[in-house]
Amino acid sequence: MSAPVVTRATPASRVAMVIAVLALVVLVAAPWWAGRADMRLMGEIFLYLSLACLWNLMAGYAGLVSVGQQAFVGFGGYMLFALTMFGGLHPVAAILCAGLLAAVLSVPIAALIFRLRGAYFAIGTWVVAEVFRLSFAQVSALGGGSGSSLPVGIVKSLASSRSGREALSYWLALGAAVTVIAAVYLFLRSRRGLALTAIRDSEAAAAGLGIDIWRTKLEVYVVSSAFTAVIGGLIFLQKLRISPDAAFSVNDWTAFVIFIVVIGGIGTLEGQIIGTLIFFALRETLADFGTIYLMVLGTVAIVVMLKAPKGVWGLIRDRYDLELFPLSYRVRQDGSDKGA
Amino acid sequence: MSALLSVSGLSKSFGAVKVADETSFDVAPGAAVGILGPNGAGKTSLFNLITGAMRPDAGRIAYLGEDITTVPAAHRCKRGIARSFQVPQPFGGMTVFENALVGATQGAGLRRQDAEAHVLQVLEETGLLSKANIRAGSLTLLERKRLEMARALAAKPKLLLLDEIAGGLTEAECHALIDTIQRVHGSGTTIIWIEHVVHALLAVVERLIVIDFGKKIAEGEPKAIMDSAQVKEIYLGVDPDA
Repeated sequence: MSAPVVTRATPASRVAMVIAVLALVVLVAAPWWAGRADMRLMGEIFLYLSLACLWNLMAGYAGLVSVGQQAFVGFGGYMLFALTMFGGLHPVAAILCAGLLAAVLSVPIAALIFRLRGAYFAIGTWVVAEVFRLSFAQVSALGGGSGSSLPVGIVKSLASSRSGREALSYWLALGAAVTVIAAVYLFLRSRRGLALTAIRDSEAAAAGLGIDIWRTKLEVYVVSSAFTAVIGGLIFLQKLRISPDAAFSVNDWTAFVIFIVVIGGIGTLEGQIIGTLIFFALRETLADFGTIYLMVLGTVAIVVMLKAPKGVWGLIRDRYDLELFPLSYRVRQDGSDKGA
Repeated sequence: MSALLSVSGLSKSFGAVKVADETSFDVAPGAAVGILGPNGAGKTSLFNLITGAMRPDAGRIAYLGEDITTVPAAHRCKRGIARSFQVPQPFGGMTVFENALVGATQGAGLRRQDAEAHVLQVLEETGLLSKANIRAGSLTLLERKRLEMARALAAKPKLLLLDEIAGGLTEAECHALIDTIQRVHGSGTTIIWIEHVVHALLAVVERLIVIDFGKKIAEGEPKAIMDSAQVKEIYLGVDPDA
């Protein structure tokens, strides 16, 4: 018997990589082939995909089931407005600063809410988000409870023409999604990612094997919150208008994101892409029906949770043993890919 | 004498139930110690205290001459204390190989290729190599128990705590297990082994500790302990007058 070899890539993952690169080239070129409305929609899809990947990293791997990530979406949005209007920063610089500030801010918040477990943690995160909403509503310079619009001068600093601004805003959203997916993927592939995956499956065993659970979770929380704030900044760069209710909406920035993660497949990367596409397909076909749209979303979520708790990707993965993002290790013996 | 592990006056209770009651003992480097006691005597709790999964109410645990009573579990593992769980706690969504890789990369702190090579060797040793790509969640109970040991060995422990891993094995499997443990012990690893399968235990350990109701009631040479009337009565349920 020849010595066993450890590999990670699979034929499916190599094909997926090639398709992903081709798709990326097509998407980067969108300003030359897509209409204005389509680009706006795709930009929104990329930002939701990013939020889903970040929430999945927290809830699906680190067990941090937060219903308060809108705190950081809104914080990022408000920092974009504050830093450009009063700090004179370029919008892109302001968004990156928002990410750094969110990272710093998330440390004391973590120290507070990490004392809570399970459902209490979830409620704690929501309370924090409400505190954020109420606090920003008090800032009269940012329009208080009714909010404010991004001044024309700042909007024009992005690009002089409207189509130029729309292309830039689209590319920023695409870049953010690619960065988030790549960062989450590379992290999960590293030895720290292995530790995080172990925590997902058994905290007791993980601690016994040398994994510092608290520190690993803190890292995930801080990094997710920073990225979430950057995404928040980009969301409100698209909207050009912000108000406390829109910025800290639990529906828009957490409920829909949880829907995406749950139907796509929690604890998987592939599932986030599938979940985001399903969500937008439903939204675009049902949006005209008003509240019926929300009822359909709820029904879909319940059916998926009952019939396929691992989500759509979980079903596909179990049936075909597929892995598009090669995170697993496979031991090959005697040229065979399978175990005995 | 410098012990590898020194437990002194260790106490822990949950309400009225004392799982450890002023327990004290030393384990010399390279020793193999067996722990016997009826169900619920506090054997697994003792492991929980030694590995840091549980904090004692009173007492002190010293390892390599250092007080580790308040050191978190993860750091104890990094310093060389690894265990198997009586009720297996596999990382169910990860493959057998990845489970052991956690021990090698996190516990032993090995880098990529060293870790992979070490894990392959451990899986071979524990007879799990053919299951390397299988998700741990779909293993049978016996395979899970073997994985517990593989994962602990992958962490390259100086002190290995084994919690009931021989139950339910066939005669042949039991011999293979004894061989493995003897090899691990022969390579210099100190072992503390909780086991109800007494003949397997006696094939490896050179000292026995008997506990009941969290209290150490006997300690010494295996033969003398097994012959003592007190142990027969408490542990084996034999009436000494019969």
